Amino acid sequence: MPAVGDILEGKDICICAGSGGVGKTTTSAAIATGMAARGLKVCVLTIDPAKRLADSLGLKELGNEAKQVDPELFATQGVEIKGELWAMMLDAKATFDELVARQAPDEEARDRVLGNRIYQQISSALAGSQEYMAMEKLFELHTEGRFDLLVLDTPPTRNALDFLDAPRRLTQFIEGRSLRVFMRPTGIAAKVAGRGTSIALSVFKRIVGFDLLADLAEFFNAFSGMVDGFQARAKRVNSLLADPHTCFLVVCGPQGEPVDEAVYFHRKLVEAKLPFGGVIVNKVHYPAEQLRGNGEDLVKALADKLGDESLAQRTSENFADYQALAERDAANIKRLATELRTQGVIRVPYLDEDVHDLAGLAEINRYLFASSSEREKIAAGRI
Amino acid sequence: MRAAAEGKRTIVCEVSSQENASRIFEHTEVGFHEVEMTENLWSISIDPDESMREYVLLQLKVRAMRDMLFRSRIFNYLAAATPGLKELVTIGKIWELAQLDRKVKQGRKYDLVIVDAPATGHGIGFLQTPRTFAAIARVGPIHSQAQQLDRLITDQEHTGVAIVALPEEMPVNESAALEHDLREDVGVAVDRIYMNGLYPERFSNEEAAQLGELTDGEDGGVRAAARAALSEHNRARSQRAQLARLRRRVEAPVRTLPFLFEPELGVEAAGQLAKRLG
Repeated sequence: MPAVGDILEGKDICICAGSGGVGKTTTSAAIATGMAARGLKVCVLTIDPAKRLADSLGLKELGNEAKQVDPELFATQGVEIKGELWAMMLDAKATFDELVARQAPDEEARDRVLGNRIYQQISSALAGSQEYMAMEKLFELHTEGRFDLLVLDTPPTRNALDFLDAPRRLTQFIEGRSLRVFMRPTGIAAKVAGRGTSIALSVFKRIVGFDLLADLAEFFNAFSGMVDGFQARAKRVNSLLADPHTCFLVVCGPQGEPVDEAVYFHRKLVEAKLPFGGVIVNKVHYPAEQLRGNGEDLVKALADKLGDESLAQRTSENFADYQALAERDAANIKRLATELRTQGVIRVPYLDEDVHDLAGLAEINRYLFASSSEREKIAAGRI
Repeated sequence: MRAAAEGKRTIVCEVSSQENASRIFEHTEVGFHEVEMTENLWSISIDPDESMREYVLLQLKVRAMRDMLFRSRIFNYLAAATPGLKELVTIGKIWELAQLDRKVKQGRKYDLVIVDAPATGHGIGFLQTPRTFAAIARVGPIHSQAQQLDRLITDQEHTGVAIVALPEEMPVNESAALEHDLREDVGVAVDRIYMNGLYPERFSNEEAAQLGELTDGEDGGVRAAARAALSEHNRARSQRAQLARLRRRVEAPVRTLPFLFEPELGVEAAGQLAKRLG
């Protein structure tokens, strides 16, 4: 079982991916902390508006600019940051606006796009635009070269894979080359487009109203000068994701469903020829040394020590419940390792307190960066 | 299950194409069909593309014309390009299911329509779609239909949100913020909040102290059992603190649901939880 530090050796970018509710933000923060502790200048990016990252790093707020985390905060938790730890929360809309400003041929074109109502909806609300902007920001930071390592906490989308598709989907959308031709009111194309197209347009107009159609036409016209720039950039973003210096870590929980999703996610990464680094399973119930104690013997032994039959009974029941979960987790993790054809499943135990602050982060950090045998030892000490 | 057991014809709508409901009932995938899982309990997975086809058919009335339209590249392109249209037709389908006089052929009325909504951040946006859309499309039939959908969502007498939280720091913060945003920004009623996955309180503090003395003992089984007990005790205690914090921070009544120590939650587990709902 490898340690995260070994997996990330020589990498520029680490992308943590997985479905919602599996502790992805905490894991991303812990990875960034651990690598900063090793002397790197690290920046962790999130686009989660729930302020999870800011909370867990002890920051009041995070904005679209990277902010350095005070190393003193970690020193009090026994983690020495030899490098630097920075964090930022991505503002998708602001990033999109910046990108438009950069790609626009002139100020007038820029203002036409920024002022368009369709654009305003897309830049903040269209599915995929947040993900696309996360990739965009990652690309920008990587090009600037200010950091040794960038750690991205991907958005908790309904479908954990949306972001892989996002650059392609969005450029396709913005392109709309065929559409622009049809929408020019006096264009030659309109005359040769045929009856089917004009009916389709008129029905669409009947359904959504003339107004919206006019806004769409205006949007595509305003964007027309920027399409090539956007596409070229999306291409470069895609090759950055596929670069061997990039590493995808899949984060999941030990239950059946998250494991299924991790398997699916891994397959998609492989299909897309993206560099898979490893899988981290959070909140694992580690099996105790004695998996199935003889119920009656255990109750008797406990009762002898405790002098309390009822307490011994309840302790034994609780132990059986715990072990059932530990067995489930072990079986699911075994399945995960088989499906992914890897021994590299990193397990983080289910801690007594939920992890939401620096102390919790420091503890998670110990597991992620410990060697295999160290990790087993820490875990064994717990149960 | 609870509503169905009380005799209400109930349907669970999923909007994420994950089919968790049919999985719980060990039923094959239901897709965009109303399928009965058990008596009175139906399930549907609302696919936006299918909703769009159905919606356009209801508008045009002629199937052949609808099919021609969907073969048109430009129509598909425009439909995909219009922000929020997918969410809008999804909510439109939910509205259709909730009608006493169903629009689709052979549709029967439901007494209760339950929607498994997208998670926090996306959920707010989802419920706001009709209003946003009514603002973009200022005229035309879709404008008035979007307004109608917004009225359905904000009809506090007939529509309500149940927030599901976990007894941990972040979920409690997010649930409190979610309740606020749903009430203030969306204008939907928040009827209740479920604190899910609550551990039982098996041990008192005195008993935990007693068990603490066994955690370094020599008998492996006793030591492991004592450690597991302490771990559970600490969890249960921190969960109670989170439950109290949630109750202080929200207005809606908070109900609790127990953590079930079962490897996978299936129909029996769901039945157990149904009995706990009042």
